[in-house]
Amino acid sequence: MALTREQIENIAHLARLQLQSTELPVYQRSLSAIFDFVGELDRADTANVTPMAHPLPGLSQRLRADVVTETDRHEINQANAPQVAAGLYLVPKVIE
Amino acid sequence: MTLAQLAKGLRARDFSSVELVRGFLDRIEAHQPVLNAMISVTREPALAAAQAADQDLARDAGGPLTGLPIVHKDLFCTEGVRTTCGSRMLDNFVSPYDATVVAKLKSAGAVALGKSNMDEFAMGSSNETSFYGPVRNPWNTDLVPGGSSGGSAAAVAARLAPAATATDTGGSIRQPAALCGVTGVKPTYGRVSRYGMVAFASSLDQGGVIATTSEDAALVLREMAGFDPNDSTSVDIPVPDYVATLNEPLAGLRIGLLKEFFDKGLDRENEERVREALRVYQRLGATLREVSLPNLPLSVPAYYVVAPAECSSNLARFDGVRYGHRCKDPRDLMDLYKRSRGEGFGAEVKRRIMTGTYVLSAGYYDAYYLKAQKVRQLIAADFARAFKEVDVLMGPTTPTPAFAIGAKTEDPITMYLNDIYTIGANLAGLPGVSVPCGFVDGLPVGLQIVGPHFAEGKLLNAAHIYQRETDWHTRVPERFA
Repeated sequence: MALTREQIENIAHLARLQLQSTELPVYQRSLSAIFDFVGELDRADTANVTPMAHPLPGLSQRLRADVVTETDRHEINQANAPQVAAGLYLVPKVIE
Repeated sequence: MTLAQLAKGLRARDFSSVELVRGFLDRIEAHQPVLNAMISVTREPALAAAQAADQDLARDAGGPLTGLPIVHKDLFCTEGVRTTCGSRMLDNFVSPYDATVVAKLKSAGAVALGKSNMDEFAMGSSNETSFYGPVRNPWNTDLVPGGSSGGSAAAVAARLAPAATATDTGGSIRQPAALCGVTGVKPTYGRVSRYGMVAFASSLDQGGVIATTSEDAALVLREMAGFDPNDSTSVDIPVPDYVATLNEPLAGLRIGLLKEFFDKGLDRENEERVREALRVYQRLGATLREVSLPNLPLSVPAYYVVAPAECSSNLARFDGVRYGHRCKDPRDLMDLYKRSRGEGFGAEVKRRIMTGTYVLSAGYYDAYYLKAQKVRQLIAADFARAFKEVDVLMGPTTPTPAFAIGAKTEDPITMYLNDIYTIGANLAGLPGVSVPCGFVDGLPVGLQIVGPHFAEGKLLNAAHIYQRETDWHTRVPERFA
Protein backbone atom coordinates (compact mmCIF):
# COMPACT_ATOMS: atom_id res chain seq x y z
CA MET A 1 0.00 0.00 0.00
CA ALA A 2 1.56 3.27 -1.10
CA LEU A 3 0.56 6.33 0.89
CA THR A 4 0.67 9.67 -0.87
CA ARG A 5 2.46 12.75 0.43
CA GLU A 6 -0.97 14.33 1.02
CA GLN A 7 -2.06 11.35 3.13
CA ILE A 8 1.06 11.66 5.28
CA GLU A 9 0.39 15.39 5.70
CA ASN A 10 -3.17 14.63 6.73
CA ILE A 11 -2.12 11.97 9.23
CA ALA A 12 0.47 14.33 10.70
CA HIS A 13 -2.20 17.02 11.01
CA LEU A 14 -4.60 14.62 12.77
CA ALA A 15 -1.74 13.63 15.10
CA ARG A 16 -0.85 17.31 15.66
CA LEU A 17 2.72 16.81 14.50
CA GLN A 18 4.65 19.46 12.59
CA LEU A 19 6.88 17.61 10.14
CA GLN A 20 9.86 19.04 8.29
CA SER A 21 9.65 18.72 4.50
CA THR A 22 12.63 16.35 4.63
CA GLU A 23 10.71 14.05 7.00
CA LEU A 24 7.73 13.61 4.67
CA PRO A 25 9.31 11.22 2.12
CA VAL A 26 10.86 9.20 4.97
CA TYR A 27 7.48 8.65 6.60
CA GLN A 28 5.82 8.12 3.24
CA ARG A 29 8.20 5.22 2.62
CA SER A 30 8.22 3.70 6.09
CA LEU A 31 4.50 4.00 6.80
CA SER A 32 3.69 2.44 3.42
CA ALA A 33 6.00 -0.45 4.30
CA ILE A 34 4.43 -0.81 7.74
CA PHE A 35 0.89 -0.99 6.33
CA ASP A 36 2.02 -3.59 3.80
CA PHE A 37 3.52 -5.55 6.66
CA VAL A 38 0.46 -5.39 8.94
CA GLY A 39 -1.66 -6.31 5.91
CA GLU A 40 -0.54 -9.87 6.65
CA LEU A 41 -3.31 -9.88 9.26
CA ASP A 42 -5.78 -10.42 6.42
CA ARG A 43 -4.48 -14.00 6.20
CA ALA A 44 -6.15 -14.85 9.51
CA ASP A 45 -9.71 -16.10 9.46
CA THR A 46 -11.41 -14.05 12.16
CA ALA A 47 -15.01 -14.55 11.03
CA ASN A 48 -16.40 -15.67 14.38
CA VAL A 49 -13.79 -14.18 16.69
CA THR A 50 -14.61 -11.61 19.35
CA PRO A 51 -11.96 -8.89 19.52
CA MET A 52 -9.88 -9.00 22.70
CA ALA A 53 -11.08 -6.49 25.26
CA HIS A 54 -8.70 -7.39 28.10
CA PRO A 55 -5.50 -9.49 28.12
CA LEU A 56 -6.68 -11.53 31.10
CA PRO A 57 -9.68 -13.73 30.25
CA GLY A 58 -12.86 -12.88 32.12
CA LEU A 59 -11.53 -9.63 33.53
CA SER A 60 -12.66 -6.15 32.72
CA GLN A 61 -11.71 -2.71 33.87
CA ARG A 62 -12.40 -2.18 37.57
CA LEU A 63 -14.48 0.82 38.60
CA ARG A 64 -14.13 2.76 41.82
CA ALA A 65 -16.56 4.76 43.91
CA ASP A 66 -17.02 8.30 42.64
CA VAL A 67 -15.45 10.04 45.61
CA VAL A 68 -12.68 12.59 45.91
CA THR A 69 -9.41 10.80 46.67
CA GLU A 70 -6.81 13.41 45.86
CA THR A 71 -5.83 16.53 47.69
CA ASP A 72 -5.10 19.81 45.92
CA ARG A 73 -1.56 19.59 44.51
CA HIS A 74 -1.89 22.09 41.71
CA GLU A 75 1.18 24.06 42.73
CA ILE A 76 3.52 21.12 42.60
CA ASN A 77 1.86 19.80 39.44
CA GLN A 78 2.10 23.17 37.74
CA ALA A 79 5.79 23.42 38.57
CA ASN A 80 6.32 21.44 35.34
CA ALA A 81 4.16 23.71 33.19
CA PRO A 82 5.85 25.86 30.53
CA GLN A 83 3.74 28.91 31.36
CA VAL A 84 1.46 29.54 34.33
CA ALA A 85 -0.14 32.63 35.83
CA ALA A 86 -2.45 32.83 38.85
CA GLY A 87 -2.74 29.06 38.93
CA LEU A 88 -3.82 28.91 35.29
CA TYR A 89 -2.06 27.37 32.30
CA LEU A 90 -1.33 29.96 29.65
CA VAL A 91 -1.75 29.29 25.92
CA PRO A 92 -1.94 31.60 22.90
CA LYS A 93 -5.22 33.43 22.50
CA VAL A 94 -7.95 31.04 21.30
CA ILE A 95 -10.96 33.37 21.00
CA GLU A 96 -10.60 36.68 19.15
CA MET B 1 28.10 -10.37 43.95
CA THR B 2 24.40 -11.01 43.70
CA LEU B 3 21.71 -9.05 45.48
CA ALA B 4 21.13 -12.04 47.76
CA GLN B 5 24.84 -12.16 48.68
CA LEU B 6 24.98 -8.40 49.19
CA ALA B 7 21.96 -8.61 51.49
CA LYS B 8 23.74 -11.21 53.63
CA GLY B 9 26.90 -9.09 53.68
CA LEU B 10 24.94 -6.07 54.88
CA ARG B 11 23.20 -8.03 57.63
CA ALA B 12 26.54 -9.56 58.70
CA ARG B 13 28.07 -6.04 58.75
CA ASP B 14 30.77 -7.11 56.29
CA PHE B 15 30.23 -3.73 54.68
CA SER B 16 27.83 -0.85 55.10
CA SER B 17 25.14 0.31 52.70
CA VAL B 18 27.03 3.60 52.31
CA GLU B 19 30.14 1.71 51.20
CA LEU B 20 28.10 -0.45 48.86
CA VAL B 21 26.18 2.44 47.34
CA ARG B 22 29.31 4.56 46.96
CA GLY B 23 31.05 1.64 45.23
CA PHE B 24 28.28 1.25 42.67
CA LEU B 25 27.96 5.02 42.16
CA ASP B 26 31.69 5.15 41.43
CA ARG B 27 31.33 2.32 38.91
CA ILE B 28 28.46 4.13 37.22
CA GLU B 29 30.52 7.29 36.99
CA ALA B 30 33.60 5.47 35.69
CA HIS B 31 31.74 3.63 32.92
CA GLN B 32 29.16 6.24 31.93
CA PRO B 33 31.36 7.78 29.19
CA VAL B 34 31.62 4.39 27.50
CA LEU B 35 28.24 2.76 28.13
CA ASN B 36 25.85 5.73 28.48
CA ALA B 37 23.61 3.43 30.52
CA MET B 38 22.23 6.18 32.75
CA ILE B 39 20.26 9.37 32.14
CA SER B 40 20.36 10.68 35.72
CA VAL B 41 22.47 9.71 38.71
CA THR B 42 21.14 10.71 42.12
CA ARG B 43 24.34 10.52 44.18
CA GLU B 44 23.39 12.69 47.18
CA PRO B 45 19.90 11.28 47.78
CA ALA B 46 21.31 7.77 47.31
CA LEU B 47 24.02 8.29 49.92
CA ALA B 48 21.49 9.82 52.32
CA ALA B 49 19.18 6.82 51.83
CA ALA B 50 22.13 4.47 52.36
CA GLN B 51 22.98 6.22 55.61
CA ALA B 52 19.40 5.80 56.80
CA ALA B 53 19.54 2.15 55.72
CA ASP B 54 22.71 1.63 57.77
CA GLN B 55 20.88 2.92 60.85
CA ASP B 56 18.06 0.45 60.19
CA LEU B 57 20.55 -2.36 59.66
CA ALA B 58 22.36 -1.46 62.90
CA ARG B 59 19.20 -2.22 64.86
CA ASP B 60 18.23 -5.19 62.69
CA ALA B 61 15.26 -3.28 61.32
CA GLY B 62 14.24 -2.46 57.76
CA GLY B 63 12.85 -4.48 54.90
CA PRO B 64 14.08 -7.33 52.73
CA LEU B 65 15.95 -4.96 50.40
CA THR B 66 17.26 -2.53 53.00
CA GLY B 67 20.47 -0.87 51.90
CA LEU B 68 20.60 -2.62 48.52
CA PRO B 69 21.25 -0.46 45.46
CA ILE B 70 18.90 -0.47 42.48
CA VAL B 71 18.47 1.52 39.29
CA HIS B 72 15.11 2.57 37.85
CA LYS B 73 14.32 2.70 34.17
CA ASP B 74 13.70 6.37 33.40
CA LEU B 75 10.08 5.59 32.62
CA PHE B 76 9.11 5.15 36.28
CA CYS B 77 8.12 8.43 37.88
CA THR B 78 10.38 9.37 40.78
CA GLU B 79 9.28 12.19 43.06
CA GLY B 80 11.56 15.20 42.82
CA VAL B 81 13.79 13.48 40.27
CA ARG B 82 13.79 14.11 36.53
CA THR B 83 11.80 11.47 34.62
CA THR B 84 12.53 11.82 30.90
CA CYS B 85 11.38 8.56 29.32
CA GLY B 86 14.35 9.03 27.02
CA SER B 87 12.62 11.93 25.28
CA ARG B 88 13.33 15.59 24.62
CA MET B 89 9.62 16.02 25.35
CA LEU B 90 10.23 15.28 29.05
CA ASP B 91 13.80 16.57 29.29
CA ASN B 92 12.82 18.97 32.07
CA PHE B 93 10.04 16.95 33.66
CA VAL B 94 10.43 16.46 37.41
CA SER B 95 7.86 13.99 38.61
CA PRO B 96 5.57 15.25 41.39
CA TYR B 97 5.04 11.70 42.69
CA ASP B 98 6.57 8.24 42.88
CA ALA B 99 5.38 5.38 40.69
CA THR B 100 3.92 2.57 42.80
CA VAL B 101 6.89 0.35 41.87
CA VAL B 102 9.33 3.04 43.04
CA ALA B 103 7.41 3.59 46.28
CA LYS B 104 7.18 -0.13 47.00
CA LEU B 105 10.89 -0.73 46.44
CA LYS B 106 11.70 2.33 48.54
CA SER B 107 9.60 1.01 51.40
CA ALA B 108 11.26 -2.40 51.07
CA GLY B 109 14.51 -0.54 51.74
CA ALA B 110 16.10 -0.41 48.28
CA VAL B 111 18.37 2.56 47.56
CA ALA B 112 17.84 4.14 44.13
CA LEU B 113 21.09 5.15 42.40
CA GLY B 114 19.51 6.88 39.44
CA LYS B 115 17.57 6.47 36.21
CA SER B 116 18.62 4.28 33.34
CA ASN B 117 18.71 5.15 29.66
CA MET B 118 16.05 3.70 27.35
CA ASP B 119 14.52 3.96 23.90
CA GLU B 120 12.35 7.06 23.66
CA PHE B 121 8.99 6.32 25.31
CA ALA B 122 10.09 2.64 25.29
CA MET B 123 9.69 2.50 21.50
CA GLY B 124 12.65 0.61 20.14
CA SER B 125 14.61 -2.63 20.31
CA SER B 126 18.15 -1.26 20.34
CA ASN B 127 18.19 1.76 22.66
CA GLU B 128 19.12 3.90 19.66
CA THR B 129 15.98 6.06 19.75
CA SER B 130 16.91 7.69 23.08
CA PHE B 131 17.22 11.48 23.03
CA TYR B 132 20.25 10.93 25.27
CA GLY B 133 22.12 8.80 22.77
CA PRO B 134 22.51 5.07 22.36
CA VAL B 135 23.51 2.74 25.18
CA ARG B 136 26.42 0.44 24.36
CA ASN B 137 26.52 -3.28 24.94
CA PRO B 138 29.05 -4.13 27.70
CA TRP B 139 30.08 -7.29 25.79
CA ASN B 140 31.11 -5.25 22.75
CA THR B 141 30.67 -1.50 22.81
CA ASP B 142 30.16 -1.30 19.04
CA LEU B 143 26.92 -3.22 19.49
CA VAL B 144 23.47 -2.35 20.80
CA PRO B 145 22.33 -3.61 24.22
CA GLY B 146 18.80 -4.24 22.94
CA GLY B 147 15.83 -2.22 24.05
CA SER B 148 13.84 -0.57 25.16
CA SER B 149 15.27 -1.29 28.65
CA GLY B 150 18.80 -1.15 27.22
CA GLY B 151 20.19 1.02 30.01
CA SER B 152 18.84 -1.27 32.73
CA ALA B 153 20.23 -4.38 31.01
CA ALA B 154 23.64 -2.82 30.28
CA ALA B 155 23.90 -1.45 33.84
CA VAL B 156 23.25 -4.87 35.36
CA ALA B 157 25.52 -6.65 32.85
CA ALA B 158 28.41 -4.27 33.60
CA ARG B 159 27.68 -4.59 37.34
CA LEU B 160 26.89 -0.88 37.70
CA ALA B 161 23.94 -2.01 39.82
CA PRO B 162 22.94 -5.44 41.10
CA ALA B 163 19.39 -5.03 39.77
CA ALA B 164 17.26 -2.62 37.78
CA THR B 165 13.59 -2.05 37.15
CA ALA B 166 12.48 -2.31 33.53
CA THR B 167 9.30 -2.48 31.45
CA ASP B 168 8.18 -4.77 28.66
CA THR B 169 5.56 -3.89 26.04
CA GLY B 170 6.77 -6.16 23.24
CA GLY B 171 9.98 -7.64 24.65
CA SER B 172 11.67 -4.63 26.23
CA ILE B 173 12.80 -6.58 29.33
CA ARG B 174 13.55 -10.00 27.83
CA GLN B 175 15.25 -8.89 24.60
CA PRO B 176 17.89 -6.57 26.18
CA ALA B 177 18.38 -9.09 29.02
CA ALA B 178 19.20 -11.73 26.38
CA LEU B 179 21.53 -9.46 24.40
CA CYS B 180 23.38 -8.36 27.56
CA GLY B 181 23.61 -11.80 29.22
CA VAL B 182 21.43 -11.06 32.25
CA THR B 183 18.17 -12.37 33.68
CA GLY B 184 14.95 -10.51 32.86
CA VAL B 185 11.41 -11.09 34.09
CA LYS B 186 8.29 -9.74 32.43
CA PRO B 187 5.38 -10.53 34.76
CA THR B 188 1.76 -11.27 33.90
CA TYR B 189 -0.22 -8.24 32.73
CA GLY B 190 -1.69 -6.67 35.87
CA ARG B 191 0.78 -8.29 38.29
CA VAL B 192 2.87 -5.12 38.75
CA SER B 193 1.21 -1.73 39.02
CA ARG B 194 1.46 0.57 36.02
CA TYR B 195 0.70 3.64 38.17
CA GLY B 196 3.46 6.14 37.56
CA MET B 197 4.86 4.31 34.54
CA VAL B 198 4.78 6.66 31.56
CA ALA B 199 2.22 4.92 29.35
CA PHE B 200 3.10 3.58 25.89
CA ALA B 201 0.54 0.85 25.08
CA SER B 202 -1.64 0.36 28.12
CA SER B 203 -2.98 -3.11 27.29
CA LEU B 204 0.58 -4.43 26.81
CA ASP B 205 2.85 -2.45 29.19
CA GLN B 206 4.12 -4.33 32.21
CA GLY B 207 6.83 -3.49 34.72
CA GLY B 208 9.41 -6.06 35.77
CA VAL B 209 13.01 -6.52 36.73
CA ILE B 210 16.45 -7.24 35.34
CA ALA B 211 19.07 -8.85 37.60
CA THR B 212 22.03 -11.18 37.30
CA THR B 213 20.21 -14.22 38.71
CA SER B 214 16.71 -15.59 38.90
CA GLU B 215 16.98 -15.55 42.69
CA ASP B 216 17.67 -11.81 42.66
CA ALA B 217 14.83 -11.21 40.22
CA ALA B 218 12.54 -13.13 42.60
CA LEU B 219 13.71 -11.02 45.56
CA VAL B 220 12.88 -7.79 43.74
CA LEU B 221 9.67 -8.96 42.04
CA ARG B 222 8.25 -10.13 45.39
CA GLU B 223 8.47 -6.51 46.58
CA MET B 224 7.36 -4.85 43.31
CA ALA B 225 4.28 -6.94 42.60
CA GLY B 226 0.84 -6.64 44.11
CA PHE B 227 -2.56 -5.03 43.92
CA ASP B 228 -2.72 -1.28 43.49
CA PRO B 229 -6.05 0.59 43.59
CA ASN B 230 -4.39 3.38 41.56
CA ASP B 231 -4.08 1.10 38.51
CA SER B 232 -7.47 -0.02 37.22
CA THR B 233 -5.92 -3.05 35.49
CA SER B 234 -3.96 -4.16 38.57
CA VAL B 235 -5.11 -7.62 39.63
CA ASP B 236 -6.14 -8.32 43.21
CA ILE B 237 -4.45 -11.68 43.70
CA PRO B 238 -1.99 -12.24 46.58
CA VAL B 239 1.70 -12.23 45.63
CA PRO B 240 3.24 -15.66 46.24
CA ASP B 241 6.67 -15.93 47.86
CA TYR B 242 8.71 -16.31 44.66
CA VAL B 243 11.88 -16.90 46.67
CA ALA B 244 10.42 -19.79 48.67
CA THR B 245 9.64 -21.85 45.57
CA LEU B 246 12.93 -21.29 43.73
CA ASN B 247 14.35 -24.72 44.57
CA GLU B 248 11.36 -26.92 43.77
CA PRO B 249 12.56 -29.91 41.74
CA LEU B 250 11.79 -29.85 38.03
CA ALA B 251 11.24 -33.60 37.62
CA GLY B 252 8.09 -34.07 35.58
CA LEU B 253 7.99 -30.47 34.35
CA ARG B 254 6.31 -30.53 30.94
CA ILE B 255 8.15 -28.22 28.57
CA GLY B 256 6.64 -27.21 25.25
CA LEU B 257 9.06 -26.38 22.46
CA LEU B 258 7.59 -23.55 20.45
CA LYS B 259 7.75 -24.87 16.91
CA GLU B 260 7.20 -21.43 15.39
CA PHE B 261 10.25 -20.09 17.25
CA PHE B 262 12.66 -22.51 15.64
CA ASP B 263 12.07 -21.02 12.21
CA LYS B 264 14.36 -20.02 9.38
CA GLY B 265 14.96 -16.59 10.94
CA LEU B 266 16.71 -18.14 13.93
CA ASP B 267 20.52 -17.98 13.87
CA ARG B 268 21.91 -21.54 13.77
CA GLU B 269 24.38 -21.12 16.62
CA ASN B 270 21.83 -19.24 18.70
CA GLU B 271 19.50 -22.21 18.20
CA GLU B 272 22.24 -24.63 19.23
CA ARG B 273 22.75 -22.81 22.58
CA VAL B 274 19.01 -22.94 23.24
CA ARG B 275 18.85 -26.65 22.42
CA GLU B 276 21.78 -27.28 24.79
CA ALA B 277 19.80 -25.53 27.54
CA LEU B 278 16.81 -27.74 26.77
CA ARG B 279 19.02 -30.81 27.22
CA VAL B 280 19.93 -29.54 30.71
CA TYR B 281 16.23 -29.47 31.56
CA GLN B 282 15.80 -32.99 30.20
CA ARG B 283 18.65 -34.16 32.40
CA LEU B 284 16.80 -32.62 35.36
CA GLY B 285 13.80 -34.81 34.64
CA ALA B 286 11.68 -32.44 32.57
CA THR B 287 9.93 -33.73 29.47
CA LEU B 288 10.04 -32.01 26.11
CA ARG B 289 7.46 -31.96 23.39
CA GLU B 290 6.97 -29.79 20.35
CA VAL B 291 3.99 -27.45 20.48
CA SER B 292 2.58 -25.46 17.58
CA LEU B 293 0.90 -22.09 17.92
CA PRO B 294 -0.29 -21.55 14.35
CA ASN B 295 -1.31 -17.91 14.79
CA LEU B 296 1.91 -16.85 16.49
CA PRO B 297 3.61 -15.70 13.24
CA LEU B 298 0.96 -12.96 13.09
CA SER B 299 2.00 -11.51 16.45
CA VAL B 300 4.37 -8.86 15.07
CA PRO B 301 1.84 -7.43 12.58
CA ALA B 302 -0.91 -7.53 15.25
CA TYR B 303 1.40 -5.74 17.66
CA TYR B 304 2.25 -3.02 15.13
CA VAL B 305 -1.42 -2.13 14.92
CA VAL B 306 -2.38 -2.40 18.61
CA ALA B 307 0.72 -0.80 20.14
CA PRO B 308 0.86 2.27 17.85
CA ALA B 309 -2.91 2.74 18.24
CA GLU B 310 -2.61 2.85 22.01
CA CYS B 311 0.56 4.95 21.77
CA SER B 312 -1.11 7.60 19.61
CA SER B 313 -3.87 7.86 22.17
CA ASN B 314 -1.58 7.87 25.24
CA LEU B 315 0.88 10.35 23.80
CA ALA B 316 -1.90 12.80 22.93
CA ARG B 317 -1.39 14.10 26.49
CA PHE B 318 1.88 15.75 25.47
CA ASP B 319 0.44 19.00 24.23
CA GLY B 320 3.01 21.61 25.30
CA VAL B 321 0.51 23.09 27.76
CA ARG B 322 0.67 21.33 31.12
CA TYR B 323 4.14 19.82 31.11
CA GLY B 324 6.81 18.77 28.68
CA HIS B 325 8.46 20.59 25.81
CA ARG B 326 6.89 23.77 24.43
CA CYS B 327 8.02 25.36 21.18
CA LYS B 328 9.23 28.97 21.09
CA ASP B 329 6.78 31.78 20.20
CA PRO B 330 3.72 29.79 19.10
CA ARG B 331 1.53 31.72 16.64
CA ASP B 332 -1.68 30.12 17.83
CA LEU B 333 -2.83 27.04 19.73
CA MET B 334 -2.57 24.71 16.72
CA ASP B 335 0.97 25.90 16.08
CA LEU B 336 1.78 25.34 19.75
CA TYR B 337 0.53 21.74 19.63
CA LYS B 338 2.14 20.86 16.33
CA ARG B 339 5.55 22.38 16.82
CA SER B 340 5.86 21.34 20.48
CA ARG B 341 5.09 17.74 19.49
CA GLY B 342 7.08 17.87 16.25
CA GLU B 343 10.17 19.12 18.13
CA GLY B 344 9.66 17.14 21.33
CA PHE B 345 9.25 13.67 19.83
CA GLY B 346 11.95 11.76 17.97
CA ALA B 347 11.60 10.06 14.59
CA GLU B 348 10.47 6.62 15.77
CA VAL B 349 7.93 7.99 18.25
CA LYS B 350 6.44 10.17 15.50
CA ARG B 351 6.31 7.15 13.21
CA ARG B 352 4.35 5.16 15.78
CA ILE B 353 2.01 8.03 16.60
CA MET B 354 1.22 8.41 12.90
CA THR B 355 0.77 4.67 12.40
CA GLY B 356 -1.63 4.63 15.33
CA THR B 357 -3.46 7.74 14.19
CA TYR B 358 -4.05 6.16 10.79
CA VAL B 359 -5.28 2.77 12.05
CA LEU B 360 -7.73 4.49 14.38
CA SER B 361 -8.96 7.02 11.83
CA ALA B 362 -12.47 6.91 10.39
CA GLY B 363 -12.90 4.15 7.82
CA TYR B 364 -9.78 2.20 8.88
CA TYR B 365 -10.63 1.21 12.45
CA ASP B 366 -12.35 -2.08 11.53
CA ALA B 367 -9.79 -3.09 8.94
CA TYR B 368 -6.81 -2.58 11.24
CA TYR B 369 -7.53 -2.14 14.93
CA LEU B 370 -10.51 -4.47 15.27
CA LYS B 371 -8.86 -7.04 13.02
CA ALA B 372 -5.67 -6.94 15.12
CA GLN B 373 -7.63 -7.36 18.37
CA LYS B 374 -9.32 -10.42 16.84
CA VAL B 375 -5.98 -11.89 15.79
CA ARG B 376 -4.75 -11.16 19.30
CA GLN B 377 -7.60 -13.28 20.61
CA LEU B 378 -6.54 -16.12 18.29
CA ILE B 379 -2.96 -15.90 19.55
CA ALA B 380 -4.13 -15.91 23.18
CA ALA B 381 -6.29 -18.97 22.42
CA ASP B 382 -3.26 -20.73 20.89
CA PHE B 383 -1.31 -20.17 24.10
CA ALA B 384 -4.24 -21.29 26.29
CA ARG B 385 -4.52 -24.51 24.27
CA ALA B 386 -0.77 -25.14 24.62
CA PHE B 387 -0.90 -24.69 28.39
CA LYS B 388 -3.43 -27.51 28.64
CA GLU B 389 -0.66 -29.84 27.51
CA VAL B 390 2.51 -28.29 28.94
CA ASP B 391 3.52 -26.32 32.04
CA VAL B 392 5.87 -23.87 30.34
CA LEU B 393 6.95 -22.98 26.82
CA MET B 394 10.60 -22.56 25.91
CA GLY B 395 12.50 -21.16 22.98
CA PRO B 396 14.99 -18.49 22.04
CA THR B 397 14.46 -14.93 23.32
CA THR B 398 15.88 -13.36 20.15
CA PRO B 399 16.68 -14.57 16.61
CA THR B 400 20.33 -13.41 16.81
CA PRO B 401 22.81 -12.08 19.35
CA ALA B 402 23.42 -8.31 19.62
CA PHE B 403 23.87 -6.39 16.36
CA ALA B 404 25.92 -3.31 15.46
CA ILE B 405 24.81 0.18 16.39
CA GLY B 406 23.28 1.70 13.26
CA ALA B 407 22.78 -1.64 11.49
CA LYS B 408 18.98 -1.63 11.58
CA THR B 409 18.00 2.00 12.02
CA GLU B 410 17.18 2.58 8.35
CA ASP B 411 14.48 -0.06 8.06
CA PRO B 412 11.82 -0.04 10.79
CA ILE B 413 10.40 -3.47 9.83
CA THR B 414 13.80 -5.17 10.26
CA MET B 415 14.06 -3.53 13.67
CA TYR B 416 10.50 -4.57 14.61
CA LEU B 417 11.31 -8.21 13.80
CA ASN B 418 13.86 -8.33 16.63
CA ASP B 419 10.91 -8.86 18.93
CA ILE B 420 9.41 -11.70 16.90
CA TYR B 421 9.78 -14.21 19.76
CA THR B 422 8.80 -11.93 22.62
CA ILE B 423 5.70 -10.07 21.39
CA GLY B 424 3.34 -13.07 21.65
CA ALA B 425 3.53 -13.11 25.46
CA ASN B 426 2.60 -9.42 25.61
CA LEU B 427 -0.37 -9.84 23.30
CA ALA B 428 -1.69 -12.65 25.51
CA GLY B 429 -0.71 -10.95 28.81
CA LEU B 430 1.56 -13.85 29.79
CA PRO B 431 4.67 -13.82 31.99
CA GLY B 432 8.06 -14.51 30.43
CA VAL B 433 11.64 -14.84 31.57
CA SER B 434 14.93 -14.64 29.68
CA VAL B 435 18.01 -16.36 31.11
CA PRO B 436 21.54 -16.44 29.70
CA CYS B 437 22.17 -19.84 28.08
CA GLY B 438 25.54 -19.48 26.39
CA PHE B 439 27.52 -17.44 23.91
CA VAL B 440 27.88 -17.08 20.15
CA ASP B 441 31.18 -15.46 19.13
CA GLY B 442 31.57 -14.00 22.61
CA LEU B 443 28.04 -12.56 22.69
CA PRO B 444 25.39 -13.77 25.12
CA VAL B 445 22.28 -15.63 24.02
CA GLY B 446 19.00 -15.93 25.93
CA LEU B 447 16.63 -18.80 26.64
CA GLN B 448 13.04 -17.63 26.93
CA ILE B 449 10.54 -19.33 29.24
CA VAL B 450 6.87 -18.36 28.97
CA GLY B 451 4.17 -19.58 31.36
CA PRO B 452 0.44 -19.32 31.96
CA HIS B 453 -0.99 -16.21 33.64
CA PHE B 454 0.45 -15.68 37.15
CA ALA B 455 3.03 -18.49 36.77
CA GLU B 456 5.95 -16.17 37.62
CA GLY B 457 6.90 -18.47 40.51
CA LYS B 458 7.22 -21.48 38.20
CA LEU B 459 9.25 -19.50 35.65
CA LEU B 460 11.65 -18.18 38.30
CA ASN B 461 11.92 -21.70 39.74
CA ALA B 462 12.75 -23.17 36.31
CA ALA B 463 15.29 -20.39 35.69
CA HIS B 464 16.88 -20.77 39.12
CA ILE B 465 17.37 -24.53 38.85
CA TYR B 466 18.94 -24.00 35.43
CA GLN B 467 21.29 -21.42 36.94
CA ARG B 468 22.28 -23.90 39.66
CA GLU B 469 23.37 -26.27 36.88
CA THR B 470 25.09 -23.73 34.61
CA ASP B 471 27.33 -20.71 35.05
CA TRP B 472 26.45 -18.54 32.02
CA HIS B 473 24.78 -16.00 34.29
CA THR B 474 27.99 -15.54 36.30
CA ARG B 475 30.04 -14.38 33.28
CA VAL B 476 30.97 -10.71 33.34
CA PRO B 477 32.34 -8.82 30.32
CA GLU B 478 36.11 -8.58 30.81
CA ARG B 479 36.49 -4.85 31.00
CA PHE B 480 33.76 -4.62 33.66
CA ALA B 481 34.84 -7.60 35.80
